[in-house]
Amino acid sequence: MKTFLNSKKLMLSVAAAAFTAVGVFGGDAAAQQTIKMGMSAPKTGPLAGGATVTHWPNVKLWVHDVNSRGGLKLKNGRAKVEVIEYDDRTNPGEAIKNINRLATQDKVDFILAPFGTGFNLATAPIFNKLGYPQLAVSAITDKIPTLTKRYDNIFFMLGSTSTFTGSVVKILKKMRSDGKIGNRVAMVNVADAFGIELAAAARPVFKEAGFEIVYDKSYPLGAKDLSPIVKGAKASNPDAFVAWSYPPDTFALTAQARINKLDVKAYYTAVATPFPSFKGKFKDAAEGILGAGGINPDTPELKAYFKRHKEVTGKDADYWASAVTYASFEVLGQAIEGVGSIDRKAVTEYIKQHEFKTVIGPVKFVNQNSERFWTVGQWQGNKFYGVSSEGRPGARPVIDKPDWK
Amino acid sequence: MTRTEIRNFLITIVLFALAALIPLSDSGFWLSMGITIATYMVLSTSWALFSGPTHYISLATGAFYGIGMFTVGVGIELLPYWVLVVVAAVIGAVVAALVGLATLRLSGVYFVIFTLGLAELIRQIVTWVQTTMGSSSGLYVLTNITEPIIFWELLILGIIVYFIGWWINRSRLGFALRIIGNDEVVAVHSGINTAAAKIILFVVSGTVATIVGALLAPRLSYIESSIAFSPMLSFIVVITALLGGAQRLWGPIVGVIPFMLVWDFLTATFPNQTTLMLGICFLLVVYAIPNGFAGLIEKYSHRLRGRT
Repeated sequence: MKTFLNSKKLMLSVAAAAFTAVGVFGGDAAAQQTIKMGMSAPKTGPLAGGATVTHWPNVKLWVHDVNSRGGLKLKNGRAKVEVIEYDDRTNPGEAIKNINRLATQDKVDFILAPFGTGFNLATAPIFNKLGYPQLAVSAITDKIPTLTKRYDNIFFMLGSTSTFTGSVVKILKKMRSDGKIGNRVAMVNVADAFGIELAAAARPVFKEAGFEIVYDKSYPLGAKDLSPIVKGAKASNPDAFVAWSYPPDTFALTAQARINKLDVKAYYTAVATPFPSFKGKFKDAAEGILGAGGINPDTPELKAYFKRHKEVTGKDADYWASAVTYASFEVLGQAIEGVGSIDRKAVTEYIKQHEFKTVIGPVKFVNQNSERFWTVGQWQGNKFYGVSSEGRPGARPVIDKPDWK
Repeated sequence: MTRTEIRNFLITIVLFALAALIPLSDSGFWLSMGITIATYMVLSTSWALFSGPTHYISLATGAFYGIGMFTVGVGIELLPYWVLVVVAAVIGAVVAALVGLATLRLSGVYFVIFTLGLAELIRQIVTWVQTTMGSSSGLYVLTNITEPIIFWELLILGIIVYFIGWWINRSRLGFALRIIGNDEVVAVHSGINTAAAKIILFVVSGTVATIVGALLAPRLSYIESSIAFSPMLSFIVVITALLGGAQRLWGPIVGVIPFMLVWDFLTATFPNQTTLMLGICFLLVVYAIPNGFAGLIEKYSHRLRGRT
């Protein structure tokens, strides 16, 4: 046994020596080759919380994955990936400066897209001017056609505002026709850009579908006490509760709904519902809660992804944008390998023309927009399963939300 | 004009002309750095026009900046951009006059607290209007205005602010303000209409901040209230102005440039500890240069003159 171990050790050291020799004497160009990636996203400021769950761990994981298999395969050998990171302090001006710095000072080969709708839009002209492909993930807007027409290097992966509201309405319609809920919808929204946008898009769609909005209130971003909002919603005696909410209020509303026993068969909160910390906070009470996003976590690719994410970064991935963020890096990596060089123009063209195999399934861009994405998910057991999607298979049937425990 | 004034005038023109060449270089980084510096140069200088002589610390810059940004965001699909900049300036001036009338009879800490709350107040009003009017989409400002244009616009605005400042310093108004700053009771007894003098300056300062917001809106493309009405902006303006020295017209600019360069260096070098490093720098500044850079420069230039 011992000799075997020793021989293994010996083999290892011989291999290492051989490897070093190759590194020193032969092919030094190939061994030294690196691809420099730039990255600017919030580490401080209001958006830092979301970015530390969804964005930063995936940068780390992807770089780890690529480098542990030897780097990206180029025509002239393999190239390891090296990342230069900057904090944009949740300030768009700073984000623009960082992108400029990455391109003109650090002379990076590629830049990973920033975090947040406003930040992707603010930096889009710079990405475009400098000719870097921009795979925007955490950017949901109804202006995708306008933006892709303006910028021929931007790509969207997470869907548009109207598909989000549309699929919530679709789910409620189905529940109504199954006789599970009635017509009465209580709707609240955070009074900030995204929340206002979603609420404004939802109102006509609900009415068109024959729903009655019995309660319609907004609350300011950062509001601390949401119990009046939840009490008001409860007093309106709704069949469904829909909140176009942001991370802090998604938690606060749900906590209040539980205290005030707002029992509805359909309970929806938007951003951050798929966060592992949501399940961590509400435990069994999270069962049946609907939220923006979702994914099919039971595919072998995603099972492996969730496992690796936990191992490499020490954190759990969320059940929505985490995997899509990782997939956007995969797309970029595969496009670079497909072209075989760091020719940015060719890589952008390659992204437009080809289909990519990623952890979230195949990704193909039509007019620079990935038309396959998840829109609504639901906590069922220990996972947040996608229950509604555009073009992604494996959606689970919606369950009725049990009463609060 | 005296000889020193002519000399200073020429130096100013040369410096602005040199700054105007930045966009012609190929570096996008220095251009966006230039925009950040130019933004705070204009904001801090106009802040110091009011707060320098009167010693009233105003934290309302963010409020006016946000008004400018939202005016452009809301109106961009209805009116041409240049009209909106003018509209924003008018709205900013009116709001500044109203706020001034209501608060400048107060003094000291009451005024500081009110101006701090003003940005949040206006932000809530704006979102309330946005929610109730039910604008169907977010505020997108998609124009063809590029970074070099924005930079030149800010420089021109900077020059205008300088000349206003220079003119006020020479005028009876500037004299009145200095008296108010030294002792408001004396000023009143000398027959100065203190309220009017303060309001005029507050309006100038507020209008300039509103125009800056309007000029920067196309750079962001997507206007969010949390970013437009950021309280950080108001604080940075005060910090840079005091760092430079609010008593001199050129004080804020010698504060803004090193402040932004150091902050940027820290962000780039210590992306995970920026705030900590910034705090240490503040401590060093307070201990080492309590009178600001302007004080430091004047001290050394006096010494230099003493020798020759």
